Amino acid sequence: MRVPILRLGRVLLTSLPADLTDQQVMDLQIDALALIQAGKADGLVIDITAADVVDSYMARILSETAKMVKIMGGVAVLAGMQPAVALTLVEMGRGMIDMETAFDLEGGVAKVARMVASRGGRHDEVPTT
Amino acid sequence: MSLEPDVVTVNVTSEIDAAEARQEARRLALRHGFTTVRAHGLATAVSELAMNLVLHTDRGGLIRLTAQDATGAAVIELVAEDNGPGIPDLALAMEDGFSTRGGLGCGLPGTRRLVDTFAITSRVGEGTRIVCLVRRP
Repeated sequence: MRVPILRLGRVLLTSLPADLTDQQVMDLQIDALALIQAGKADGLVIDITAADVVDSYMARILSETAKMVKIMGGVAVLAGMQPAVALTLVEMGRGMIDMETAFDLEGGVAKVARMVASRGGRHDEVPTT
Repeated sequence: MSLEPDVVTVNVTSEIDAAEARQEARRLALRHGFTTVRAHGLATAVSELAMNLVLHTDRGGLIRLTAQDATGAAVIELVAEDNGPGIPDLALAMEDGFSTRGGLGCGLPGTRRLVDTFAITSRVGEGTRIVCLVRRP
């Protein structure tokens, strides 16, 4: 089953299930990038409240997805990290998560909006004078 | 406090099995009085080793967790073993940033930092066996 992506204004929202498979990850990346490319969104908030564990594979997937969104011209924010997950990630080593983060979904949406505004809108927008 | 060891075994061949293994690990740790954070650390270590079985071996492998209570303490042994290809250079595999499949290269060194004791033996063409110990308090 594909991981659903919701659209709130110009921000895409997705919540990762605890038992995410490689295929679901690939589908999610393709779906999110297609929506951004089609001009339907500026960014993506990935909520990991439901993720019981973030291991190095999950960390790689998250960082990779953020990088893909970024080189497409969008922004990606990770939201909803549980305290135990953060503690474990720090214990495991440096550089596990290489992306913007926010406390929760609401903060994530606000952060995407701020980041898009601060760089002056979408990358492909022609500024109006 | 039980005198009998509490054993959980999961055969890991797919990502779904890996998810089951880490959920079992968390439940086992909580059952034996480990804190939520320690239980989460163990679940993450199990997840790393289980995903290694899925990604680096053809037929998967076995995750076995054994908990033993003592007075005011407990220990959990985590064993991951497979009959897979083996690791040619163990020192290199334990290095931060080394990966054979474009990963972060922090799976094994990260796992070592999450547990109290970490031992790995591997023979090319025969398989790999990893034993970890986690203690409380």
